[in-house]
Amino acid sequence: MNGVHDMGGMHGMGPIQEEKDEPVFHERWEARAYGLSLAMGCFGKWTLDGLRHQIELIPPADYLRMRYYEKWIAALVELMVKTDLVTPAEIETGEPAQGSPRMSPALTADGVPPMVANGAPASRKVPAPPRFQTGQRVRARNMHPLGHTRLPRYARGKLGTIDRVHGAFVFPDTNAHSLGENPQHVYSVRFTARELWGQDAPARDSVYVDMWEPYLEPA
Amino acid sequence: MTSDLSHAYEHDHKHKHEHQAVPSDPALRVKALESLLVEKGLVDRAALDALIDTYEHKIGPRNGARVIARAWVDPAYKQRLLTDTDAAIAELGYGGMQGEHMLVVENTPKVHNLIVCTLCSCYPWSVLGLPPVWYKSAPYRSRSVIDPRGVLREFGLELPEHVEVRVWDSTADVRYLVLPERPAGTERLSEEQLAALVTRDSMVGVAKIAPPGQEQHP
Repeated sequence: MNGVHDMGGMHGMGPIQEEKDEPVFHERWEARAYGLSLAMGCFGKWTLDGLRHQIELIPPADYLRMRYYEKWIAALVELMVKTDLVTPAEIETGEPAQGSPRMSPALTADGVPPMVANGAPASRKVPAPPRFQTGQRVRARNMHPLGHTRLPRYARGKLGTIDRVHGAFVFPDTNAHSLGENPQHVYSVRFTARELWGQDAPARDSVYVDMWEPYLEPA
Repeated sequence: MTSDLSHAYEHDHKHKHEHQAVPSDPALRVKALESLLVEKGLVDRAALDALIDTYEHKIGPRNGARVIARAWVDPAYKQRLLTDTDAAIAELGYGGMQGEHMLVVENTPKVHNLIVCTLCSCYPWSVLGLPPVWYKSAPYRSRSVIDPRGVLREFGLELPEHVEVRVWDSTADVRYLVLPERPAGTERLSEEQLAALVTRDSMVGVAKIAPPGQEQHP
């Protein structure tokens, strides 16, 4: 979707605000929100791509105003309601619905070290060889799907060069919508700054964008 | 749906507090949510504590700094780091969540690399921990790709025109780490002393590493 989250190349967002000796979490609620999001994700009711998409669905004005972990919590509540882990009434009252069965946590403390150490690799084996080779010229498709995509707007329709073939990975455009992992080859594609931003851009500079094969066509 | 539900919840919350003209307090919302989920048996508080402790105290930029220092002192390791990155990082015991597929990009006198995620906040947790607020912010995400030199200038780094800037937008599952240039005057330092010089910002690419004894960014 052409959301405000896709902000590469936008102007007017103001100066970058660095903070010296920044803590990992500024307030305890941020830490708890972080933990809640990861712990609830362990039920496997949604994917990380699905969580990203849910954050993208936050209305633009709210998206820009909200603190980072506020967005996580807003998306988490939506996903929990959609997947019947909680009801809207429970969210509103803060109390479990009368007579609702007691569940078991998907993540317990002893599950944390293996979860952190192993991660969740998104690489997959696919039978088809990569369609593109290193050094090949490609064009990013001019497409504007309404759902989740990881093809940023600033690269659409632009000419680039395959810099590296990464291997095959779960395809977010389907996985975010629970339409299957549908793994596809992923490439690092080099775009010159001038191709992306015009002739005033520095001649030597470039942007490398990781792209799934369906985002690309031969040039 | 997001707005409906959160507005309903905010409305409810405000109502209880006599129409205060303040936005609903995320601290109260998160506390209420955690209590609800614990009561329903969906969340184990000890698991949250363990997760938080891991990223507050165990996994952070010191991991990445050790990788960089090793690459500086051991040319064979550096070669493995650049060509078989995941295995090389695993040699030092790092890897896992949000670092499953890593690439290291090397800064040289001719090339400067910068890492960003324009679409959200992808960041190599396994070697840098959780990202700082500025990395996740609209100003950094919007401008890093269109005006990387301007962004670097805001961080106090002015690059000469002849240096090639390469911006890496983390749009897929690969997470990037910059191998910064080893500063002059560090020939006699031990690997451990070198690691202490390596900053988080240098591994994202928004700073260079100052020679020992000079003021630098975090």
